[in-house]
Amino acid sequence: MSDAVVEAPLAEGERTHKLGLLVSFIAGLPQLFFPILAVLFGTGSRNNPELIPLVIFGVMLVSFVFRWIAWLRFRFTLDDDDIRIEQGILNRTVRSIPYDRIQDVSIEEKPLARLFGLGEVKFESGGGEGDDAKLSYVSMDRAEALRQTVRSRKALAAGGEAAPVAAVKAEAEPVFAMDNDRLLTLGLYSFSLIIFAVLGGLAQQFDFLLPYDWWDFKHWIGLAEDRGVSINGIGAGAQIAGALIALAALVGIGIVTGIVRTVLTEYGFRLDRNERGFRRRRGFLTRTDVVMPVARVQAAVVTTGPIRKRRGWHALKFVSLAQDSKEEADFMAAPLAKLDEIWPIAAETGIMPPDPDFAFRKSRFLWWATGLVGLSIGMIIAMVATMVFADAPFRLAVWMLALPLLFLPLVWLEWRRYGDLIDGRQLYIREGWWRQRLAMIPQLKVQSAEISQGPIARALGLSTLHFGVAGGSFAFVALPLAEARAIRDQVMAQVAPVDFSRV
Amino acid sequence: MDAPETLTPLHPDFIKVMRISGALLALVPLIGIGVLEFAELVPRGALLVPALLLLGYFVWVLPQRRYARWGYVAGEDRLRIQRGYMFYSDTVVPFGRIQHMDVDQGPIERRYGLATFSAHTAGTHGSTITLPGLPHEDALALRERIRDHIKRAQA
Repeated sequence: MSDAVVEAPLAEGERTHKLGLLVSFIAGLPQLFFPILAVLFGTGSRNNPELIPLVIFGVMLVSFVFRWIAWLRFRFTLDDDDIRIEQGILNRTVRSIPYDRIQDVSIEEKPLARLFGLGEVKFESGGGEGDDAKLSYVSMDRAEALRQTVRSRKALAAGGEAAPVAAVKAEAEPVFAMDNDRLLTLGLYSFSLIIFAVLGGLAQQFDFLLPYDWWDFKHWIGLAEDRGVSINGIGAGAQIAGALIALAALVGIGIVTGIVRTVLTEYGFRLDRNERGFRRRRGFLTRTDVVMPVARVQAAVVTTGPIRKRRGWHALKFVSLAQDSKEEADFMAAPLAKLDEIWPIAAETGIMPPDPDFAFRKSRFLWWATGLVGLSIGMIIAMVATMVFADAPFRLAVWMLALPLLFLPLVWLEWRRYGDLIDGRQLYIREGWWRQRLAMIPQLKVQSAEISQGPIARALGLSTLHFGVAGGSFAFVALPLAEARAIRDQVMAQVAPVDFSRV
Repeated sequence: MDAPETLTPLHPDFIKVMRISGALLALVPLIGIGVLEFAELVPRGALLVPALLLLGYFVWVLPQRRYARWGYVAGEDRLRIQRGYMFYSDTVVPFGRIQHMDVDQGPIERRYGLATFSAHTAGTHGSTITLPGLPHEDALALRERIRDHIKRAQA
C-alpha cells in the first residue's frame, strides 16, 4: 500500500458513531465462542457449573472494554488533501490517504447496523488488493455527507472546480432498476442445489453433535423396517412414486434456494449514473451502495443461458481490477435485462454491441475435438489396466473408449457457439453453450498480447491469441498462426502509441 | 513493424546457465533412484538407465534447442519475446503499458554476468513477461530505454 503510515499524535478528529460500538460488539459475539470455551476448560470451571455464567460474562466484559478503548482511540479527519485515520490502543498509527488516490467511497449496511441506521464506509484506493480504509459504522446521513465531501475535495485536488456539495436533490431516473416481478423471475432462473453442499459440509464439520451415523443408509432402512416397512415389500409402483416425490422435493428445494439467494443479494436493485460512473444499490438484509467509475471499466460481458435466452433475458457485467463481492469478480450492472435495456448502459462506458453486418469468425471443429485427446489416452490406459490387472475381457473393457465419444456432442455445442471478431475498435468473443457470454473489449484496454501454440495445435497449424486485460482474461482460439500475428499487430498498432496513463 | 523482424538472440552462455540449473534440479530424482538401486529394491539399472537418458535429454539436449528458439525484439515502442521448443509462445508488450520492471540476477547467472529482465503490466493474463539470458548491462540498458520512453510519453 502506498498510504503513508506515520507515527504522530493528533488529538482532533471525529469518532465513529457510538452505537456502532454496540453493533460491532454484538456482531463479534460469535467470535467469543472459542475464548469462552478455552477459559472454561483452562480454569476447570466446568466442574462447578455455577461459575459458567460468570466466565461467559467476564469474557464478554473484557471484549467490550477492549472494543470501547479502541473506539475511544479511533479518530478520522478530513483534511484539505487527504483523509487521516488514527488508531491503535498502544501503538498509534496514523494513516493518510490522499483524495486523488481514493477511487470511490462505498457504503455497506449490514443487517444489524441497519437496525440502528448505521453503515460502514469504505475508501477504495485502486489496485483492487490490500485492505482499504474502513470507518466501521457512522450514521447513514454522515456516510452520505462523507461521500459528498470526498468527491468535491477530490475534484478540487485534481485542479478542477469544487463540485458543488449538492443539496440532496430529487433523484433522477435510475439507469436500470429491478422491480419485484423481475426479481422473482431472476430467482426462478437461479435454480441452485448449493444448500446440499452447505448442509453436507456442516454435517461433516459437526457430525460429533449428530446422535447416530447420519451417512449410514442401512441405518435408515433399518429404522423403516423397525416400523414395519420393508423396501422390498412396498412394490414397484410405490418405489417409483417415492422416487418421483424425492425428485420433486429436490426441484422444489432448488427453486426456493434460487429465489432466496437472489432476493438476498439483488433486492431493490438500482443502478444510477453520476458524474464519474455508476452507482449501484442492492441487497435485502445487507444493503450495499457501490460506485464503479466509468474510467475503470476495462471490458463488458453480456451473459445468458440457453433457457433464459428464450425470453430474451441477459445480464451485463463490467470487468475491472476491483472485486465486486466475495462471490463475483466482475461488477454486476444488470442482473436480468433485455438487450435493448443493456446496450444503453454499456454505451455509457463507450462500449458498443457488435455490428450485425460483421460476421463472427468460425473456428475449426478439429481444434475443439483435440480437447478429448487427453481423456482418450487416459481411457486407453484404464482399458489396458483393467484387462491386465482385473482380467476383464476385451469386449467389455473396450466400452471404456466410448466415454470420450459421449462428450463429443458437448464439444460440438461449444464449438458451434464460439466466434470472435475484431472491428478496428473493439474485440468481441462469443463463447459457451450453457454459460453463454459475449465479451466486448475496447482495443485500447489491451495491455499485452501473447500467441501460444502447444504440440497438438502446431500439428494443426493453429494457435491461441491471449489478450492481457486488467481484471480479465480473454483469448481468440484456434487461429491460424499467420492470422493470429496479423490480428496481434493490428491491435498493437493501436495500443502501443497510447500510454497507460491516458487510458 | 510489418516487415519480418530479426530476433536478437540471448547470450550463448545462457545455455550453460540452463544446463547447470537443470543438472541441479536433476540431482533430486537421481538421488532417489540411486537409493532405490543401492538398496536393490529394483532390478539393477531398471530405473537408472532410462532416468539417465531422460535427464540427459533435459539437461544436455533441450537447453541447446530452447536457446535456438529464444529471442527478442526491442522495437521502437514495444518489446516482443519469442520462445518455446515444444510450447511456442510469442508475446508483445507495448512500452507504454509497462507498470514496473525488474532486473534480477541469480547465483548461476551472476557467474556468467547474465541477468533476467522482467516487465509487469496491469493485465490479468500474462501480467509478467520475463526475458532471461541477457548480459547484465544489456538488461539495465533495456530498462533505461523503456523508462525513457514512458517518461517521454507521459510528458
